[in-house]
Amino acid sequence: MGGIVIEGAKRSYGAVEALKGVSLTIAPGEFLALVGPSGCGKTTLMRAVAGLEPLDAGRVLFGAEEVTRRRAADRDVAMVFQNYALYPHLTVFQNIAVPLVMRRLNAWQRLPLLGPMLSRAAREGIAADVRAAAESLAVGHLLARKPGQLSGGQRQRVALGRAIVRRPRVFLMDEPLSNLDAALRTETRRELVELHRRVGAATIYVTHDQSEAMTMADRVAVMMAGEILQVATPEAIYADPADLRVASFIGSPRINLLPAESGPDGLVRVGGWSTGLVAPGAATFAVRPEALVPGPEGLPAVLEHVEFLGDSLLLHARHEASGAPLVARLEPQARKSLERGQALHLRPLHGLVFSADGRRCPALARTSALV
Amino acid sequence: MSERAGFGEALAGWLLTGPAILAYLAMLLIPTLAVVVLAFTDFELGMPGFHWVGLDNFSELLTDHGMRTSVRNTALYVALVTPASILAGLGLALLIEAGSRGKVFFRAVFFLPVVSLMVAMATAWQYLLHPTIGPVNAWLALFGIAGPNWLGSSDWVLVSLGLIGVWENAGFNMVLVLAGLTAIPRELYAAAEVDGAAGPWARFRLVTWPLLGPTMLLVTTITTIRAIRTFDSIATLTQGGPNKASEMIVWTIYQEGFSYLRMGYAAALTVVFLVVVLAIMLVQTRLIEKRTHYS
Repeated sequence: MGGIVIEGAKRSYGAVEALKGVSLTIAPGEFLALVGPSGCGKTTLMRAVAGLEPLDAGRVLFGAEEVTRRRAADRDVAMVFQNYALYPHLTVFQNIAVPLVMRRLNAWQRLPLLGPMLSRAAREGIAADVRAAAESLAVGHLLARKPGQLSGGQRQRVALGRAIVRRPRVFLMDEPLSNLDAALRTETRRELVELHRRVGAATIYVTHDQSEAMTMADRVAVMMAGEILQVATPEAIYADPADLRVASFIGSPRINLLPAESGPDGLVRVGGWSTGLVAPGAATFAVRPEALVPGPEGLPAVLEHVEFLGDSLLLHARHEASGAPLVARLEPQARKSLERGQALHLRPLHGLVFSADGRRCPALARTSALV
Repeated sequence: MSERAGFGEALAGWLLTGPAILAYLAMLLIPTLAVVVLAFTDFELGMPGFHWVGLDNFSELLTDHGMRTSVRNTALYVALVTPASILAGLGLALLIEAGSRGKVFFRAVFFLPVVSLMVAMATAWQYLLHPTIGPVNAWLALFGIAGPNWLGSSDWVLVSLGLIGVWENAGFNMVLVLAGLTAIPRELYAAAEVDGAAGPWARFRLVTWPLLGPTMLLVTTITTIRAIRTFDSIATLTQGGPNKASEMIVWTIYQEGFSYLRMGYAAALTVVFLVVVLAIMLVQTRLIEKRTHYS
């Protein structure tokens, strides 16, 4: 099975550029999450891969085969839609069977009444495949029902069944979990990953939820304003973001951002406090909440609020020099010694430096201020 | 205490629904009951008093030759106009929806017959269908076809009225179908495309037609009723002629009641008419509803 290659994909709606020349490669069998805020163009990109949206410029290839001009029906893709898009008048069995009926039977064999007589063997094969797909998703007992009689989770499984039943080359999912409640969503995440492993098709998974992207995908592509900012493994996206927008989009609570400047010696300072990092042209110093610890020295701040989360503690403070909010994630035992309005120092264990245009600046540690 | 609150609430309820109840009684229930009562009398407009005649009116109806023709003509007319104007409305709606330009223009053009008065348009039809000076026959003559006397021959008059009926109803059906089409989720067409339904016919069979089900039920019911009730084209163009070839039920009821002033007999006709229409609607709704409920 081949992968997916997107080269210089452009698409505009009037004056709005939805895709500004996007290039992306998805390896065979890879699970890629396309994540970004709503309106960033991620759904347009997926629809272009499916063939539901034409491109103004650029190419789409499945393996070595160019499919840019091919219509969706001939691309051999499967798609799971946000609202499932099940046919309300068909039973679960018929819904899952549609892609097979459309591909394995000709127009005569699809006719009502006459059709079944012309295609007995083909129809038996379809029925067997539909049952196997339904059993693998635990909806085998629902085959006679109509979508209106199913719960949200069951509908979603039927939509997945319709997608996997014909073993597609390319598997596309457009926010498939956004209509499920929180408990079901976490459970279904794991099932989707397992399903992908079984199906083995190159998969693009569109979501606006960064935690979904991070937990499920082999690689994450962060998209904003019609451009892909970074494509990397979840670990690399988190620890080593290439762009300020990526750093602040990924991670919860959000990364702490502080105005910074590089001195003539190249040393990055935040409000007069030296970070101990050397990088010319610094504008922003960013530090993850779990990399901030209270100590005898560090960024001077005033404690505003403490949130107890059970397994950890979120400390909300305000940076004295800039007034920027700071969030630190601590061990839950640290609560006793903390008091609202208390002045403290927060020491960054490691941080990231960004230039004024949001690009990441390579930084070297000069002193032992950062361990 | 609670009883008084209950009484106050009940009073408010009656006061609020009062106008609607009064209007319903005065405009619908009492006139209908009056017609039912009249159906058992020999009441004639302008004559003093009336006699109870029991079921005489209804037994006369069974042997009335004119009535039999009238029912037969109505049935033929409905059998022509209902399917033809539904298909025309559906076709027009699909074409307009699929087009990229001029949607508003075409919608207005085809809806025009619905808002134009038949009484006013009758002159135009009379001219168009005139056997000697009419443009329709002149146009047919170009192809060497001798056009019939559209409204004047008893073989053709029902067909002519039927075509006018289709012209009258297709635009109305088109607007209803257009409303139904916009209610179909776009995602279903995307799903159908991904599932391999490539051709327009496959898409129509898989998505459009099934999802139009409830709309088509409404359209069928309304068109059938409108076709059965046809009156103004007959009154303005043919007066039931020639030789009763275009007599239809409502026209016959009107003749009996207002030309021959036999109100009792007309009332009996009306009652039968009402029962038959209700029965048709009931059967139609039961039959189709079974196939259009999806949950």
